[in-house]
Amino acid sequence: FQDQAEQFFRSGHTNNWAVLVCTSRFWFNYRHVANTLSVYRSVKRLGIPDSHIVLMLADDMACNPRNPKPATVFSHKNMELNVYGDDVEVDYRSYEVTVENFLRVLTGRIPPSTPRSKRLLSDDRSNILIYMTGHGGNGFLKFQDSEEITNVELADAFEQMWQKRRYNELLFIIDTCQGASMYERFYSPNIMALASSQVGEDSLSHQPDLGIGVHLMDRYTFYVLEFLEEIHPASQTNMNDLFQVCPKSLCVSTPGHRTDLFQRDPQNVLITDFFGSVRKVEITAETVSLDRGVAGFESKLPEEELATEPLKYAEQLPVAQIIHQKPKQKDWHPPGGFILGLWALIIMVFFKTYGIKHMKHVF
Amino acid sequence: RSSVTSRYEMLYRSTTGQEEAALAAATAREADAALHPLQDTTLGSLTMYVVPETSSLLPQGINVYVGKHRSALVRAGGSLAALQARLQEVAQVMSFTAGSIAAALSDRVPDGQLSPDARRYLKSSLGYEITFSLLNPDPKSHTVDWDIEGAVNRYVKPVLDKLSLVANFSVDSQILYYAVLGVTPRYDKESSSFLLSTHSLPHVINPVEARLGSSAASLYPVLNFLLYVPERSHSPLYIQDKDGAPVSTNAFHSPRWGGIMVYNVEAPASPHASLPLHVDVDMARVMEVFLAQLRLLFGLSREEVPPEFLLESPGNEGLADWELDHLLWAHTVENIATVSTTLTSLAQLLDKIGNIVIKDDVASEVYRAVASVQSAVTKLSLGHLHAAFQASKEAVTSSERAFFDPSLLHLLYFPDDQKFAIYIPLFLPMAVPILLSLAKIVRETRLRKKEPTKMD
Repeated sequence: FQDQAEQFFRSGHTNNWAVLVCTSRFWFNYRHVANTLSVYRSVKRLGIPDSHIVLMLADDMACNPRNPKPATVFSHKNMELNVYGDDVEVDYRSYEVTVENFLRVLTGRIPPSTPRSKRLLSDDRSNILIYMTGHGGNGFLKFQDSEEITNVELADAFEQMWQKRRYNELLFIIDTCQGASMYERFYSPNIMALASSQVGEDSLSHQPDLGIGVHLMDRYTFYVLEFLEEIHPASQTNMNDLFQVCPKSLCVSTPGHRTDLFQRDPQNVLITDFFGSVRKVEITAETVSLDRGVAGFESKLPEEELATEPLKYAEQLPVAQIIHQKPKQKDWHPPGGFILGLWALIIMVFFKTYGIKHMKHVF
Repeated sequence: RSSVTSRYEMLYRSTTGQEEAALAAATAREADAALHPLQDTTLGSLTMYVVPETSSLLPQGINVYVGKHRSALVRAGGSLAALQARLQEVAQVMSFTAGSIAAALSDRVPDGQLSPDARRYLKSSLGYEITFSLLNPDPKSHTVDWDIEGAVNRYVKPVLDKLSLVANFSVDSQILYYAVLGVTPRYDKESSSFLLSTHSLPHVINPVEARLGSSAASLYPVLNFLLYVPERSHSPLYIQDKDGAPVSTNAFHSPRWGGIMVYNVEAPASPHASLPLHVDVDMARVMEVFLAQLRLLFGLSREEVPPEFLLESPGNEGLADWELDHLLWAHTVENIATVSTTLTSLAQLLDKIGNIVIKDDVASEVYRAVASVQSAVTKLSLGHLHAAFQASKEAVTSSERAFFDPSLLHLLYFPDDQKFAIYIPLFLPMAVPILLSLAKIVRETRLRKKEPTKMD
């Protein structure tokens, strides 16, 4: 029993968070949304509540006009498994999924008006699972077909999280082409990373469904999901088994993983340390003895004066200030460095070539 | 590298006449009550009275009596050195030890050097939100009434008022119907009751958590206290500890989350009583457990005290004054460590990314944080606990506001190959005639230089 107790405390985390990101839009990228929703479903089934999941979907497939089965997102052909379900809670949807918002969620530099469901409120005892899927390349991941996040930015964001101790351990899974390039640059401790393919390889999709007309899942995530379906909240399966998922024969690409930054041996890391939410509990052995005869308590501290009249909505905002704010004068800086040198070179060559006497024609 | 050193300042004097009179009381508790008005009650100070070895004030076998304010009665024993060692021990128990300070700094101490207990206390925060929830999975059989407002006013508010020095607390409550635990309890024939074993407890919390609504609460850490009234078909329900015996409190807690207590309803006298049964919850019994759990979540456990110590129960106040000091010492150290890490990492970030613009208010927050943390460190070294704690709280607020300011996002990384890819198509065609003209100029000047020699 002592061993089990040791095991209990070995991971050192008290809560679990998950950040699941799908970065592609358009109907033909249905499989990326299905990937993300399948991981979301597994993570919820294993115990992480919605309040601890930040789900970012770049496009709406369930209510897409091209979806022949509205309000569903299937992950298996013949429409066997609807991963959309009744209780999906999407925190960042559609155009809100941007590199900036993603980095804001990770680093915590969020405007104060952001609701709690859109924040990652992790602390130094949180294990975080980050899953990203979409189209990627060597060193970058494409967001919404208009911008990219590079592996350096991602590594820096994780370092910012580490500096502020916003995670205890972090598991990063990415399912894109050349996914291994995204974890090459990590340098913060306690990060374990998995990718669906190596640099130079493409991650392939699994199976098209002829009824819906698009590919439903990516291979790597499909096999990871099959693996996760076997896991229940009390299982003792460890990370080494997850590394074996989807060998080259099934996946065509070679999945990769990185554990050098992780302090514990992957053998000792349970799948449920990241995908589930198993809490440490202790029996309460003490009680406080209370004197039951005490009547209603008058607070000893002076109470703050309450506002006597309710504020009107407009009065809460400094409206006068906002309306009459003059636009700030942008300071003019003389051009420096490279641009200055370039223009100097151009002008010098111009006048040398054509001669000074032409200057009066120019001016 | 940073380190924490500590010292105790001890002042010795003989007792005054009033104190002698107070110490002539019959029991230690009365003596303590009589001595209380004669003491210095600033935060962080302790008063210890050394009574003769043969004194009857302390019961047999007890060498130290710790009162509920900031004083202790210590029995003199043997040599002066032994007495000094004992006084040191008392001072450590009542304020801070190396272990408690290391636990406060647990996220900065490398893994493996700390006991697992060190990770479980609530982190120092500016406020906490406490939610009391009543779970009734079987409203057809039980109509449960709990006077939570009255209980909070009578039992919880005194404790929170005492803790108001540490943080702001807000309390809310709710009742959830048809909320079941995630685990099916086992029926035990011998005791004809249902049992929940220890290793199934971790799985109890998750299905309930989704319904607790903690995402609607404030941004402060939320402490959930759940009172579960088992269904009629699963009554009575007891929690088993690891030896198989039922737990006396019938409650368990999870670090940094909260606690759950199972409240069994007595079976009705006659089997044909009409359903639903009306249940009036005994709030005092419930609050005894919840307040104990609250203490444990904050790290105020009385388990590690040596057996020769007698600790006075703090009664309705929930925690003794010296326990409050204990919490404040730990939180002040934790706050100062947090601020120094935050400011250091902010400075490193700004060094690394040279073109981040620092707004004026961010700069002023940083200055304020630095000034506050310096003042906190000075005051802490002098032992002015209250002032040091307030300064450390201000430092934390300012440094967090500066670090998490939304304007400090750096999206300006351009890898080298991207720079080439953007500038070359723009400048290469432009550069071709320029370079050719440069070459022409160089050739002409060389020819002109040679010409004078030719003409001669």
